[in-house]
Amino acid sequence: MAKTFELRDDSVVVVVGSGAGGGTLCNELAQRAINVVCLEAGPRLSLADIVNDNGTMFSRLSWLDKRIGTGDLNPELPLWICKCVGGTTVHWAGASLRFQEHEFRVRTVYGDIAGANLLDWPITLQELDPFYARAEDKMGVTGTHDIPRLPGNNNFKVMAAGAKRVGYTEVHTGNMAINSRPRDDRPACHQIGFCMSGCAIGAKWSTLYTEIPKAESTGHFEIRPDSMVVKINHDDSRKVTGVVYADKTGTLHEQKARVVCIAGNAVETPRLLLNSESAKFPKGLANSSGQVGRNYMRHMTGTVYAIMPGRVNFDRGTQMAGIIKDESRYDPSRGFAGGYEMETLPGFGLAGVASNTIQGAWGAEYTKIIEMYDHFAGMWLVGEDMPQADNGVTLHPTEKDMHGMPVPVVHFKDHANDIAMRNHAYKAGTAVYRSLGATQVFELPPFPSTHNLGTCRQSVSAQDGVCNKYGQTHDVANLFISDGSQFTTGGAENPTLTIVALAIRQAGYLADQLSKKEM
Amino acid sequence: MKTTTPNRRDFLCTTGFVVVGLASGGSIILAPDHTWAMSTAAIDAHTAQTLLVMARQLFPHDRLGDQYYVAVVEAIDKQATADAALRKLLADGVARLDGARGIPWIELSNGARNAVLKTVEASEFFSTMRMATINNLYTNPLVYRFFGFEGSSVEHGGYINRGFDDIGWLPNS
Repeated sequence: MAKTFELRDDSVVVVVGSGAGGGTLCNELAQRAINVVCLEAGPRLSLADIVNDNGTMFSRLSWLDKRIGTGDLNPELPLWICKCVGGTTVHWAGASLRFQEHEFRVRTVYGDIAGANLLDWPITLQELDPFYARAEDKMGVTGTHDIPRLPGNNNFKVMAAGAKRVGYTEVHTGNMAINSRPRDDRPACHQIGFCMSGCAIGAKWSTLYTEIPKAESTGHFEIRPDSMVVKINHDDSRKVTGVVYADKTGTLHEQKARVVCIAGNAVETPRLLLNSESAKFPKGLANSSGQVGRNYMRHMTGTVYAIMPGRVNFDRGTQMAGIIKDESRYDPSRGFAGGYEMETLPGFGLAGVASNTIQGAWGAEYTKIIEMYDHFAGMWLVGEDMPQADNGVTLHPTEKDMHGMPVPVVHFKDHANDIAMRNHAYKAGTAVYRSLGATQVFELPPFPSTHNLGTCRQSVSAQDGVCNKYGQTHDVANLFISDGSQFTTGGAENPTLTIVALAIRQAGYLADQLSKKEM
Repeated sequence: MKTTTPNRRDFLCTTGFVVVGLASGGSIILAPDHTWAMSTAAIDAHTAQTLLVMARQLFPHDRLGDQYYVAVVEAIDKQATADAALRKLLADGVARLDGARGIPWIELSNGARNAVLKTVEASEFFSTMRMATINNLYTNPLVYRFFGFEGSSVEHGGYINRGFDDIGWLPNS
């Protein structure tokens, strides 16, 4: 039975957001008998709300509150993330990869790259390894813990055959947080497709139907959906004391707290800190470094579609269960630092292929391409991008949302290294499909950003970043960053596994601090 | 001199529609062979007919009958009912098309219609119509089947036993 807590109860830990970071942290704390209130901006859906329709689910899941994208970003929809209980774990594809050892110390390994604000992480792979293992077990990641990999679908088979022809060797159906056999009271994948519209049978790990109900069953947890946190309050001793949030009707409440953990994704997390400025924190809460909202990363991404000589039906089956890992290595002889993964990705239905394959195209030549829909194969390219001080999140000076909170402005421009990597990746993806006789190949620019990182980064020194290696902010001892915002750099890998591992690790640290009464 | 055979698209816009303007501002348009009828509430008959031809001109598929393009225009009309700015955008856009060559755009040849469209590519009217056509044509489950997109699969148990890995043409090496 889910418990409820009073607004004035200042003994609770408040977690803002219920996705990969927040949802995991809630459950990890509740399992340790720590009382937690989770404030989630979006509604609570159930599996019955998940249908196999891209458009319907886009409207149902997406964060559509106004954001302004500048630079290379889509101006109206800079990010493609979710606003619902479970956060972006409802829509994510399930790829769960560990960082490579060198990716925690890229400033040392890559050296000084002009224009890049590189920094080594304050933690090492060795320190995070045990938490990666626990995250993989929690999420049921294929290819780990003796969990078999998923079977490959047609789109994977095309990619794998091409990979073999061009000489790649590290090719398989990935490490996926999607059950390949029944596990954790959830069924095995039925190769439904539409993973990124939400898994209608719950075979894919999402906090919506794993961490959140498990936390509720402890009796130490309450989740309040439709609760948008707009401000964090603090006292004269520089400790946070609670959060102000708007409920479904827009009415403001203050929930008291002994600790506040923010996991709103890399735009909302710094937005909330910046909006919590005060006389004591004139640049925004926990922002003595000036790094809150800076160093925004979105991964180098791009997509390659190809028209193959035979039918593929690339939307059948698990969308991202397929990977070529060979290009994820560090090898500056390719003309860029960092590496990238090549992962299967179908189109988003017929309308998605029609609107994305060639931007702005129309007419009889273009419709001939669309008519080859069932011959399409597709892959996504995802790699490490460079943190840059001026890529980030600021508050619009005048424009406010329905709660009176300034609209976030998100700015991102590719670094030259990102562009060099993308061009290399396009060529590599094209070669895979051309080796099998693809008749036409299309290079698609980045979609609205799904991997959003770095805007409250971890650092050893309080001058270089916002939080320490546990996500605890340098400036405020009882304030934590619990999502991808704390990434010091992005790695080549899809970030969710690392977010979950960091949340598990943070929960242990926080529980320890609380038990020692150090908070 | 090039001779042209009237194709399906020319046929669509040059032969005998029954077009009825309604006093309310809407219209009813009947196909020459009575295989479909289109009714609009907010868009007048000439605008409706022009948008219908334009939807096909933007994304012409010989395999698709006119009724699927009719659905696009009806969806736009529905949106326009509550959106005066959209009604004006559409009316102004059609007026611009008609003004390009001095005769109604729908009476131009296929090639001339394309040439005129090309000149308005950067306009908001054009991008609105392009996106509206994509979003209402290619999301129609009745249209999916003509392209091999199979739509919702969960109610069929996914593809686990229905060919998720049935590819047959890949080389062995």
